Amino acid sequence: MRDVVIIGVGTTKFGELWESSLRDLAVEAALKAIDDAGCDRIDSLWVGCMSCGLFNGQEHLGALVADYLGRTPMPACRVESACASGGMALRAAWMEVACGQSDVVMALGVEKMTDVSGGKATYALAAASDREHEAFHGVTFPGLYALIAVDHMHRYGTTREQLADVSVKNHEHGSHNQYAQYPHKVTREQVMSSTMVADPLRVLDCSPISDGASAVIVAALDESRSLTKNALVKIAAIGAATDSLSLHQRKDLCEFAATIEAGERAFKTAKLSPSDIDVAEVHDCFTISEICVTEALGFFERGRGGPAASDGATRLGGKIPVNTSGGLKSKGHPVGATGIAQVYMLTKQLRGEAGPVQVKNARRALAQNMGGTGSSNVVTILESGS
Amino acid sequence: MSTANSWRQIPQRYRLEAGKCVKCGKLFYPPRLVCDACGGRAFEMAKLPNTGKVVTYTVIRVPPTEQADLAPYAVGLVELDNGVRLECQVVDCDFEQLEVGTPVKLEFRRIQEDTEAGMIHYGHKAVPV
Repeated sequence: MRDVVIIGVGTTKFGELWESSLRDLAVEAALKAIDDAGCDRIDSLWVGCMSCGLFNGQEHLGALVADYLGRTPMPACRVESACASGGMALRAAWMEVACGQSDVVMALGVEKMTDVSGGKATYALAAASDREHEAFHGVTFPGLYALIAVDHMHRYGTTREQLADVSVKNHEHGSHNQYAQYPHKVTREQVMSSTMVADPLRVLDCSPISDGASAVIVAALDESRSLTKNALVKIAAIGAATDSLSLHQRKDLCEFAATIEAGERAFKTAKLSPSDIDVAEVHDCFTISEICVTEALGFFERGRGGPAASDGATRLGGKIPVNTSGGLKSKGHPVGATGIAQVYMLTKQLRGEAGPVQVKNARRALAQNMGGTGSSNVVTILESGS
Repeated sequence: MSTANSWRQIPQRYRLEAGKCVKCGKLFYPPRLVCDACGGRAFEMAKLPNTGKVVTYTVIRVPPTEQADLAPYAVGLVELDNGVRLECQVVDCDFEQLEVGTPVKLEFRRIQEDTEAGMIHYGHKAVPV
């Protein structure tokens, strides 16, 4: 297997982007990544997108993006693993280069969610859960994570304030992100008095419905020096794993077994441990999910994710800064784009280009992207200075 | 939901029929074609008990279109007396009354109506006892 490096990254702004179409967003992010790399060559394209079928009535996204990018007959294919579609697209691109099939491959994530009403968006997102045995009974996605939150609070004493502090911290980080959908700070009181969505989760515990796209270009290390002048960021490992689609098939709701498994696979391949990581982007689709996955990744002991959110350990300057981009909460969550947007931010961190949220001397970074209630998980470990 | 989809789920939804692995005895609800414990592919029908307890719960304040007229409503993850778990609405109770461990019984109820195919879909909801 060949070493694979990131040579270019690009992203659109995230938000309610009325003037941009699905294809416009994808192409804008792709062009930004091409310009960033300073390399006009792409051998192949993987597009991560959860549900362009339900959101836009459009499937067959690989060829559509290849066409509008002016790159036919380049091979292109869409990858779908719900909200982990972006991370899985990067995994496909990484494997394609590592195995020697292609030298320069783009992984692109995109979702255009605001062309449908809130009800239709809820229906589309519920497709990531078990339609016949969860959504059928009226259990929404905030509802599923609320079930997890109540269990976590009951078993570990996690508090409503600790949930709020995840949102406060991510909005503070996101206030520095020019691409964020909600780049403003919130207070604990504002979070705790915002509209209830599914008890105990309130609207400021939930990531928003967003439009956006992000792109990453990966290349074989051996070829990369002739392709770009950028500081190289190596993909040290990508681990992936699955768990049951429905919550009721699990004995332990707070465990996030597929996050643990994907993390262990990635750490093993990279020959690293959680304490080696300098900065992380994790899948905070809801405040409770950041608490659960920072435990599952081994940054904190089981049941200690709540206190860690409140004591500053995950804040910029803390033990392990988490979601310096603002996370899904503040930056926005165009679901297919999220896994790539995480890697966009971490590449900026490892190149020393993260501006006001730069983690000093960041050399190793971790992205954790998941679909559904953690049913699909991708953990990517990046290293600088290859 | 199409008519055929609704029809083929009648045994599990209306009668709470689970699949029991003939080889190792593991129960699956809904039924499956292969056992994740032993790889067995032969199953016999096992009827679920209709009593259990709430493992965790929430109150849905922002509902999907299909349940728009029901909100707010409670949903729970229920563990039945034989250990099988399922998700369903928890009804006929004050939300404040709900807690982890609340004993419930499953009752046959209307779940969704006026759907695309013009059908009324039935199933089970939990009622605190």
